[in-house]
Amino acid sequence: MGKIRTPYLLLLPGFGFLFTFFILPILNLAQTSTQTPVGGGDTGQYEQTFRFQNYIDAFVDNKEQFARSFIYAIIATILALMISYPLAYAIAFKAGKYKNFLLVLVVAPFFTSFLLRTVAWKQILGEEGFVVPTLRSLGIISQSTTLTSTSFAVVMGMTYNFLPFMTLPLYASIDRIDPRTLEASGDLYANAFTTFRKVTLPLSMPGVVAGTLLTFIPAAGDYVNASILGSPNTKMIGNVIESRYFKIVDYPTAAALSFTLMAAILILVTIYIRKAGTEELV
Amino acid sequence: MAKKHSLSPEARSIINSRVSRRAVLAGIGGVGAAGALAACGSSGDSASSGNAVRWGNWPLYLDFDSDKKTYPTLDKFTASTGIDVNYLEDYNDNDEFFGKVQAQLKLKQDIGYDIVCPTDWMAARWIRLGYSQKFDAANIPNKVNILDALATPSYDAKREQTLTWQGIMGGFGWNTAKNPKGVHTLDDLFAPQNKGKIIVLTEMRDTIGVILRAQGVDLSTVTEDQFMNGVDFMAKKIADGWIRGVKGNEYAQDLTSGDATAVIGWSGDMFILASENAGKFDFAIPESGGTLSGDNMMIPSTVTAEAKANAEKLINWYYDPAIAAEVAAYVNYLTPVKGAQAEMEKINPDLAKSEYIFPSDATLKNLSVFRALTPAEETKWSEAFQKASGN
Repeated sequence: MGKIRTPYLLLLPGFGFLFTFFILPILNLAQTSTQTPVGGGDTGQYEQTFRFQNYIDAFVDNKEQFARSFIYAIIATILALMISYPLAYAIAFKAGKYKNFLLVLVVAPFFTSFLLRTVAWKQILGEEGFVVPTLRSLGIISQSTTLTSTSFAVVMGMTYNFLPFMTLPLYASIDRIDPRTLEASGDLYANAFTTFRKVTLPLSMPGVVAGTLLTFIPAAGDYVNASILGSPNTKMIGNVIESRYFKIVDYPTAAALSFTLMAAILILVTIYIRKAGTEELV
Repeated sequence: MAKKHSLSPEARSIINSRVSRRAVLAGIGGVGAAGALAACGSSGDSASSGNAVRWGNWPLYLDFDSDKKTYPTLDKFTASTGIDVNYLEDYNDNDEFFGKVQAQLKLKQDIGYDIVCPTDWMAARWIRLGYSQKFDAANIPNKVNILDALATPSYDAKREQTLTWQGIMGGFGWNTAKNPKGVHTLDDLFAPQNKGKIIVLTEMRDTIGVILRAQGVDLSTVTEDQFMNGVDFMAKKIADGWIRGVKGNEYAQDLTSGDATAVIGWSGDMFILASENAGKFDFAIPESGGTLSGDNMMIPSTVTAEAKANAEKLINWYYDPAIAAEVAAYVNYLTPVKGAQAEMEKINPDLAKSEYIFPSDATLKNLSVFRALTPAEETKWSEAFQKASGN
């Protein structure tokens, strides 16, 4: 008897945590999402009327920000992958004794607050940073072009902020590749590119999938980058949820938007994982 | 203060620009200062005292001695009355604070504060919901010292349950190099040199308020149509690329970094910018008029009679002109207490001349207070404003 019970008892704290901090809030959110304002009530007073139309209204009203969130998140994920892959590859195979040092460098930005890092980007891309004057004097951008308050800045901020989430899983899976498989590939007359395509990339796919998910999911829901580096024309769905919840005090719409975002991410991720063929992750 | 930050408390403490003129402008200096203050959240050892007045206020909003890590005016209050004060700098955001204590207020449970400091519109909500208590006038004789301009807000016409802590003026701030003639009208603001470099406030009562005054609208009677016209005006300026952002106090950073050249901003922030960047920035109330709002000391409905009396004595203390002047020498906002200017002459004659802290009668006449909104209006108007801001 005791033997059967033990694993369940061990799982209990985990379940308890998930129940309290995930299941209950989700249920509460679901309940809130179909409420409507109390007639004559004060700001923020809502009652349950099971108005599922809230979802449609919320989505139709904010299609643009939804689209923007996914587009920005996808671009940021691709950029992060393009930057991280060579980086992780170099650390895993070429860094030798500097491996740990380089890994620390990748993780180092985590030691400062997410917010400070984003504000730093604002300064880097700002009028008095070195980037804008340099690009202007080189004639790459016009005198009147600015980099902050643009979608470029938002995507750059997201790419940078989520980079370690991409690099670390990639490193973990590239590092596990047995170098002898690469030698074997060479022995079989594969050139460097074919070796990469047929051996390295497939073997690192779990890292690619994990990295892209870890980047894409928070990026799609992010609002800090858009609020610090963006403009009114680059607002993402996270900004809308934040504004609905805190500023307009419209809890039902905020809840409905959150659910819609969750569902959209879940669907996209499921499709992606199916395509990528690494079901062991789910 | 009229801040509606979209960020976490951590974020806010960093970007918070309610920084004394001793602290560095916003940014990292603000963090250091906030950290130092957080480490000294209570005056002396009063936190352990059972009958201490628990006062929740915005960060960096009370005179602070950074060497001794004390609040001089609070210490004097304790010395003169024997009442301890537990000063808590954790009122970071109106909506967030309300969200935190709302459930307890509803259940009539102690919220842990005897004095809170909501901005006008939030104070109005507390009053509507019956979450505040009327003062015992006998305990606050200094109440008569309130500035006329702040004495009769529509949500508490006789100031029976709120008293302004600090007043906030909304007007134009600008980079003097880019706007050598200054910014005094909406046309000056939307002048070609500022295109794409204008920032307006997230606080709709200030941003739309300033726009509406330029359109000749009286803010004490503003109608929905008039408000929506103002919002449309702003939306068009955003769509046409004039306005680069709708922000809270962060606009101060954008001015310093050169990303913004003109703003609709707050007097207190602009005071710091102007005083720390010799001549580079300036602020003025628009010719057509600016906005006036305030953060208010208020006693929650859950406070016991005994604690309430102590809280009232503390409120009264800060309406003593001499004390108000001491606070004003540190905090950069409009001082709501008559006679404080004369007291300031003794402490710092330069500051006594500051239009930011002691606006002249002519300036005061040109400021108006946004009328209190009904709950339905509050929701609908802020929704329109948020949508225009891209949310």
